[in-house]
Amino acid sequence: MSKITTLINAILIDPKTLTQTNGSITIEEGFIKRINGPARGNIIDCRKYCLAPGIIDLGVHICEPGERHKESFKSASMAAAAGGVTSIVTFPNTKPVIDNPELLEFFMKRARESSKVRIWPTAAITKKVEGKEISELSFLQDAGAVAFTNGLKSIENPKILLRALNYASSLDSLFIGHCEDYYFSEGVSATSSAFATKMGLSSTLKEAELMGLERDFLLADLSEVNYHAAQITTKKSFLRIKELKSLGKKITAGTSIHHLLFDETDIKNYRTFFKLRPPLRSNSDKLFLLHNIKDSTLDTISSFHLPQDEESKRLPFERAAFGAIGLQTLLPACLKLVNDKIIDLPQLFRKISLNPAKILNIKSGILEEGYFADLVLFDPYKPLLIDRFSLLSKAKNTPFDGYQLFGKVLKTFVGGEEIYKSRNINDT
Amino acid sequence: MLNNKDLLSINELSKSEIISIINNANSYYHDNKISSKKKVLNNFTQINLFFENSTRTQVSFEIAGTLLGANVVNFPFNNSSQSKGETLLDLAATLNSMNPDILIIRHPNSGAVQLISEKVDCPVVNAGDGNHEHPTQALLDILTIKKRIGRIDNLKIAICGDIAHSRVARSNIFCHKKLGNKIRVIGPKTLIPKDIDKLGVQVFYNMIEGLRDIDVVMVLRLQKERMDGGYFSSEREYFHLYGLDDRKMKYAKPSAIIMHPGPMNRGIEIDGDLADNLDKSVITMQVEAGLAIRMSVLELLLKKKSENV
Repeated sequence: MSKITTLINAILIDPKTLTQTNGSITIEEGFIKRINGPARGNIIDCRKYCLAPGIIDLGVHICEPGERHKESFKSASMAAAAGGVTSIVTFPNTKPVIDNPELLEFFMKRARESSKVRIWPTAAITKKVEGKEISELSFLQDAGAVAFTNGLKSIENPKILLRALNYASSLDSLFIGHCEDYYFSEGVSATSSAFATKMGLSSTLKEAELMGLERDFLLADLSEVNYHAAQITTKKSFLRIKELKSLGKKITAGTSIHHLLFDETDIKNYRTFFKLRPPLRSNSDKLFLLHNIKDSTLDTISSFHLPQDEESKRLPFERAAFGAIGLQTLLPACLKLVNDKIIDLPQLFRKISLNPAKILNIKSGILEEGYFADLVLFDPYKPLLIDRFSLLSKAKNTPFDGYQLFGKVLKTFVGGEEIYKSRNINDT
Repeated sequence: MLNNKDLLSINELSKSEIISIINNANSYYHDNKISSKKKVLNNFTQINLFFENSTRTQVSFEIAGTLLGANVVNFPFNNSSQSKGETLLDLAATLNSMNPDILIIRHPNSGAVQLISEKVDCPVVNAGDGNHEHPTQALLDILTIKKRIGRIDNLKIAICGDIAHSRVARSNIFCHKKLGNKIRVIGPKTLIPKDIDKLGVQVFYNMIEGLRDIDVVMVLRLQKERMDGGYFSSEREYFHLYGLDDRKMKYAKPSAIIMHPGPMNRGIEIDGDLADNLDKSVITMQVEAGLAIRMSVLELLLKKKSENV
């Protein structure tokens, strides 16, 4: 088999130059060799569909080890491939937690055996994500950890957080922070509001996010660590990020697609698939983020894929587990922003591919020679009715069940290899 | 007749449904005593499923069912399969297979009663779910007001105390909104939930200001068992600021009545003598009205079924 492939007749979505133009990509030995060169090797006609750098989903929970009945590398990778996600940045909150190099090596071995998409692991900055003792960050880095995090849990004690960040900083590593004040966010299931009051739900201030951000960033700044605020979901913390960036501070930030498309009222009568962490916000916060997503304040949009089995969700709202799956629906959900003319395709791919690649220092996200040939070919307009049972993740906890989205992945390539092909497309 | 299969919340009732429940309940009073001439629930099975300790509500539902002729079973909470790890929905399926005609459920989590109701065929009555709703309490409060004041509209109602942790407050707010009454909530800021004013109530932190010109004072139980701690400084300071006593009561209308869902903490949220002052306090009437309301709800929810028998 030829190791050279040329994808011709595509609309190239280029998040770097922010253009979309007709063209071709030649792939050699797993890397992009040339843009708009002569067609060589195996020729694939893209029939004027969109070809973009593969999505990098930052903050994915794969339930291996420990809870393979919820998700495994194999099922997550299939869901990712079908969703145009070519790189998964995993969170370490598995059972046990990825907080030592031996476990990370095992994790990566399982990933290599079972995953067709690239797995970039983060590791727990504190042992068992308990926020008490610093993990062996250097060994973990050597074993492949691309960043450190405490997952969806903030560190209670600021002294320990500062020490951990200093330690991480000395290794020049990236810290991915969860911006919620510890005390305000533990054990609550909604955002304080008229809605939560009416429903009688335990809730927390939306300002808990700003408080978490202020404290974590202050300490991150002191330690000079590379800091990424994973999920910004309120107007106030958005404006604070914008201000910090305008002051030239070293900070990047992201948000979750679910917080851009849903608000607290989608919980309706205690629908637990809408129980997320942080909890869904008010309609005005959602609309603010949506209308400002084009701005460069938020660098990334991710799914924060968190599989939960039926038993964890079929409970009274306050007792149900939080989280939603999102690997396979991230692109169609994001395309809603494009189809609603909030953002254009190259701008979108800046946030779901180029920026995550930059933040994590992955050679991806750009259509240029020397970058990974991790690509997604998709039709942004094709209607897609989401049926949760047809999704490829083992757990089916998607908030999009029954939703009409638009956008279909036709092919996904990782390292130049076609790892997914839509059954309904006959274009080669 | 009620439109829904279940009674889960006041919010889902229409004004006319509220009024028909009240009127039907009123018809059980004979010479100021409650009784039922027709055993409309004869051969029906009612299961009381209380996941949270309750005495008065459970007994009230039990007597209501019995007076109407139903076979009432109290599901033993303490020995229940919950402690053996059975999930709530498995338990619901189990109970459903026993073919009850109606389930009365109380649960410590908001929304839990609705969750069960979706999995069983028979009507379900919410006897209190978390901090969400306690619909029969609001209905019995309305019936008490009707019997004592003579009308249920054009009223100024004050709900005092721990609003944040009170399903009674929420159900009453929704109910009085539907009836077009003016509602105030009074309490320390620590016990007033966020944005409650957006539900159409006026908020007061000063009890004397809040009680001015009020027709009905509802005093809530200070739910000490729900507290994480730290919502107020001491019981005596709470009583000084928010405990209902003669001094504060003077600011309400002279004809104003005092209600309390019980059980009372005398000397904390209400002065003991005032609670016993039958010129103002209608607390025992509420208990009686509770029986009539629960009979009314049981009858109306099972009406279709009993007519088909």
